[in-house]
Amino acid sequence: MTPLNWGQIFAQLLIQFVPVWVTLLVIFAASITFKRRLGLYGKLFDSKVGMIGFGIVAFWLFTAIFSEGVAIAGINLVPAIATFDPLVQIAELKNKVPGTFIPDSEELAYLLGGDNLGRDVFSRMVIGAKGVMSIAPAATTIAFMVGITLGLPAGYFGGRFDTSLSFVANLVLAFPVILLFYLLVTPEIREAGTEIPLWLNNTWTTSIPNILAAILFAFPIVFFIILWNSKFFTQPATRLLLISLTLLLGFWAYSGLAFNADPLSAFGLGVFGMSPNLLNVFVSVVFVNSPTVFRIVRGLTLDIQTRDYVAAAQTRGEGPWYIMLWEILPNARGPLIVDFCLRIGYTTILLGTLGFFGLGVSPESPDWGSTINDGRKLLSIYPHPALPPALALMSLVLGLNLLADGLREESLKD
Amino acid sequence: MGIFLIKRFGVMTLTALVLTFIVFFLTNLYPNLEKLAKSQGNQRMSDAAVAGYLEKNGYLEPIVLRYGQWLGIVPGWRRQTEDGTIRGRCVEFGMQPDEIPTRCGLLQGNLGHSTVAKVAVNEIVWKRLGASGVLMFWVMVVMVPMAIVVGVLAGMREGSRTDRSLSTFAITTTATPEYISGVVLVALFASSAVGLKWFKGSAASALNDGVTFDNFTLPVLTMALYGMGYIARMTRASMAEVMTSQYIRTARLKGVSFHMIVLKHALRNALIAPFTVIMLQFPWLLTGVVIVETLFNYKGFGWTLVLAANNNDIELLISCSMAAVVVVLITQLISDIGYVYLNPRIRIS
Repeated sequence: MTPLNWGQIFAQLLIQFVPVWVTLLVIFAASITFKRRLGLYGKLFDSKVGMIGFGIVAFWLFTAIFSEGVAIAGINLVPAIATFDPLVQIAELKNKVPGTFIPDSEELAYLLGGDNLGRDVFSRMVIGAKGVMSIAPAATTIAFMVGITLGLPAGYFGGRFDTSLSFVANLVLAFPVILLFYLLVTPEIREAGTEIPLWLNNTWTTSIPNILAAILFAFPIVFFIILWNSKFFTQPATRLLLISLTLLLGFWAYSGLAFNADPLSAFGLGVFGMSPNLLNVFVSVVFVNSPTVFRIVRGLTLDIQTRDYVAAAQTRGEGPWYIMLWEILPNARGPLIVDFCLRIGYTTILLGTLGFFGLGVSPESPDWGSTINDGRKLLSIYPHPALPPALALMSLVLGLNLLADGLREESLKD
Repeated sequence: MGIFLIKRFGVMTLTALVLTFIVFFLTNLYPNLEKLAKSQGNQRMSDAAVAGYLEKNGYLEPIVLRYGQWLGIVPGWRRQTEDGTIRGRCVEFGMQPDEIPTRCGLLQGNLGHSTVAKVAVNEIVWKRLGASGVLMFWVMVVMVPMAIVVGVLAGMREGSRTDRSLSTFAITTTATPEYISGVVLVALFASSAVGLKWFKGSAASALNDGVTFDNFTLPVLTMALYGMGYIARMTRASMAEVMTSQYIRTARLKGVSFHMIVLKHALRNALIAPFTVIMLQFPWLLTGVVIVETLFNYKGFGWTLVLAANNNDIELLISCSMAAVVVVLITQLISDIGYVYLNPRIRIS
């Protein structure tokens, strides 16, 4: 069989992504129709740059969601985008050019060629999107929680608290990122420490990533408790409900994520949990990002607390946490949302860097960074395995940057 | 200014001490030491043999004490073995007992030995830093003028078509980390199968045969492109702001030609903000250096760092980290001082 030509490959790729195109079309049509009622999100559709950015990000988001198809109760609702299993190796297709058919078949082809182990480059790229789109936003969110919870009081109260926290933040920032990763994301560091028995036969090692996880994952719970408490302390019923819900959900997730001991997993119902590898990567990325968020939030707080509405709240006798979380934070949302988009892009780059140096990921993993690293070794002879993940990562980060630019432009117009 | 400098310098020293201690602590975790013992002895060593080896070579002393020894403020450990020879941190091969110095550490200019290459760390680190310095120099030579030209051209007429296209270009380059632009550039310009075949995909020959267009274009371009976008956007923003100011309007109303306004009146004020950004790019340059040197097989500082980390070469890794941290802190200091000098509106009291 002669391989497919580029036109046929391109057509086939367009067909594979049909679920994504349909979803994008629906979302764009709905958003543009109702854009006047959708606030900042709707305004995004006034700027060309913002629309392009949003389109690219949404494309990768839905690619990640539909990568292996969506099936409910055995019925295939959405066909899978990936054409092959990302780990299956077909020896005849090692380093074969894009469009080569698999042996004994006239229909199935490796659309973007095979890599050095004979795996499908296209499927690996599509499945790789899943890892990035789930880790990067989650890690950025936690980093934001940490940065906000520490940055608001640092800016608002100032003094020694601020000085010491700023010193610590500057410490982390003075570390070259790559060095920090080489020190924090190693198999050895996961072993260092003593084992502590937990509930239900689970154990927990006091290694540095685990300790960091225990500290960092506590911040969202603290954040929400302070948030509800400061707003609803005059309405005990609502306060009790919200805080107990937060504590229940929070500690369920916390026990699963930070201690890898989801209490329900004993009954086969465990929802939260991360492999030690992934936890290590996740925690390091959060750790690298939070000092920058801290500095941004601190700076914004210093600026906003001189405004009249803060003085008015102080005169009314509102507590400091109410002022920080319900007066200052909502007014700092513009720059924070923009930075959130940029930071997801930066986190994506960091995750790629980790994969590129083979840190913390399993060797077969289809994530973009490690695929690029695998591909670069034979780059000058076979460029096709390294280019698709490289372009994918680049386009996602570009999309996030454009989205941030669009949001900035639109939020400045008010 | 004097007090500011002293204060700043004090904080800097404290930061450097804390950071090197963290590195020291992380690299000397027990599993790392165990791995070291096994690679120095043999892979099937028993736990007791590992502990014995570490004990014999002074690795099991309290970490703070060992950090002091590494700094050179605490006397180096010394021990007499059964056959009468003296082993110790400061003992070089063939030294007489009375020749052995009491302290040997950073302050004495001794950074220890690489356990893999079996040579003094000093020799390796300075040579590699020099090699990376050459790379960084060329990156700066390419990146800074390119970024400023792009930023000024985009910022002098905000919203024009030039501005739109240059800004898109700048955003694209910031969205392309080195490990991607490097791969794409090699595929385009250096692949032996397809593409243009203009340059070499490896910079390994630059160390011995000197820097040439052939071996240095791609690594320099890879690094310069990623850093350029950010500086260009900063320059554009500050240029756009300057161009709307009163004195520019006055100059235009006087009838000064447009390129005279840009070159003589706007440029100097527009370059204050980018200066700080350029200096703060150094920490990033260090990360970039690691990626680019790995990608293009250029045996510089970053390449050594990766090698030391992969080989568990503890003393070399610590020294590399220290060098990196010092470079970052010094650039931060320079950027602070430079900002004050360039911008007369800021006064430090």
